[in-house]
Amino acid sequence: MALLAPWLAPHSPDQQFFEGLTLEGKPLPPGGPFLLGTDLLGRDLLSRLVWGARASLLVGVVANGVAVLIGGLVGLAAGYFRGWIGALLMRFTDVMMAFPALLLAIALAAILRPSLWIVALVIALVNWVQVARVVYAQTLSLAQREYVEAARALGATNARILLRHLLPHLFPTLLVWGSLGLSTTVLLEAALSFLGVGVQPPIPSWGGIINESQSYFTSAPWLVAFPGAAILLTSLAFNLLGEALREALDPTLR
Amino acid sequence: MVTYLIQRLAQALLVVWLVSVITFGLLYLLPADPARLVAGRSATAEAVERVRNELGLDRPAIERYLRYLGGLVRGDLGRSYQQRTEVRDLLASRAIPTLVLTLAGVLCELLIGLPAGILAALRRGSILDQAVMLLAFTGAAAPQFVLGLLLLYAFAYRWPILPLGGYGGLEHLLLPALSLGLAGGGWYARVMRSSLLEVLSQDYIRTARAKGLTQRVILYRHALRNAALPVIAMVSSDLGVFMGGVVVVESVFGWPGIGQLTWQAIQLVDIPVILGAVTFTAVFIVLANLLADLAYPLLDPRVQYR
Repeated sequence: MALLAPWLAPHSPDQQFFEGLTLEGKPLPPGGPFLLGTDLLGRDLLSRLVWGARASLLVGVVANGVAVLIGGLVGLAAGYFRGWIGALLMRFTDVMMAFPALLLAIALAAILRPSLWIVALVIALVNWVQVARVVYAQTLSLAQREYVEAARALGATNARILLRHLLPHLFPTLLVWGSLGLSTTVLLEAALSFLGVGVQPPIPSWGGIINESQSYFTSAPWLVAFPGAAILLTSLAFNLLGEALREALDPTLR
Repeated sequence: MVTYLIQRLAQALLVVWLVSVITFGLLYLLPADPARLVAGRSATAEAVERVRNELGLDRPAIERYLRYLGGLVRGDLGRSYQQRTEVRDLLASRAIPTLVLTLAGVLCELLIGLPAGILAALRRGSILDQAVMLLAFTGAAAPQFVLGLLLLYAFAYRWPILPLGGYGGLEHLLLPALSLGLAGGGWYARVMRSSLLEVLSQDYIRTARAKGLTQRVILYRHALRNAALPVIAMVSSDLGVFMGGVVVVESVFGWPGIGQLTWQAIQLVDIPVILGAVTFTAVFIVLANLLADLAYPLLDPRVQYR
């Protein structure tokens, strides 16, 4: 849907319609020519939501991809090499756990004057830690298995063992986190944009739309309700997908 | 036990110190000039230099860090660039509202999440279970600020029985705490349900049932106690994180907590306040985790202090 935004959206997200405001200059409620109503500047809310999906999902997917990548690498390295490398990496994740994640993201995003990519990287930076811990725990137990020892006895290099023997086993975990994590990153992006330090106008994003209209939400509640529902449904969908994947891929769950 | 405690406290101290180092480093590296912000947009170059000198910003990073660390050890967090007051006093004035909201929020999460999770587990597979779980997933997926704004719309505007925000008595506390509770309660319900289901499938529960104990006794005396263990980890993590200020909820409701303080400090690049707030939060997160680790063995004798 996000990819098809230019064709799906009935209007341009930036176009201010003369007939999009009431005579007193108030936004139009849902119904009529503008299906979900218009915003404070007379722009079509539905079109802005459809385009907003692009920013929100793009940031969510990139952020989560980077988070899974970093978390996976750190967890894998720490679990496989153990010793001082493992101790160092895991102490570092402990420190990251003690960081107030949202505050860190806000501080970085606020001071860096965010573009879409910076927002995504900032979110990734605070989100990789859980992945690292899960992957670490799994690698730790996998690396003890006999087939790993057998591979080592046959003269396999570390790189070969990691890529050929450990990574395939971690794939389900990474897939589950790839999906569950998306719901977190989408929520975080929404929170940052809501505070005004995420995706910047004029690019429409769901959190940003709520931010623009929050002081008018008593007279125009649809401007909060519809983007809010969009965030909720997206996050819910990724959550349910992740749970479904987990149940399908984890044989120990019933 | 005592050595374990000392070891853990030392670790905790190390973690907090590293957090402060990293925060200091990040703030130092970021492309923002606090002196210019303090001096004002129209200040002359000399005025900016004077402010920079006054704030000690013209000193090398190492010297500034050592000075900060020296203060930290003595419990002195420095002065705010913007308000010219002690950061310690600023934090102290915000700590009580944040503590109140934290405790109320966690209480709401427990009150909403635990009964829902227990009910769903006991009626596993029923329509009730599915409905509760759908609600739990929805709650967990809902952004706090949307919940907050919708609650405000419903209970402060449509049916004006509660104030629109601000800080004061119970009526001010209810909606922000509920925003936290509805969002977090979903997670609690999910964890409680799966944890209770796992415990109920254990052998000792079958033994208890075979002894002819009633469902009530089994549930209260045997199952819930064990099933609550994962919830403790969640409570402790929430306590720590919420104490850092629930920026979003505080901003929606105009709650004068640590989160708002930090958020304003971030916008003004008020470095001493940011540093102080982050360190303060890290202390709470680490302490909360430590308390959880100490609580486990008390509740579950199988767990040993390592």
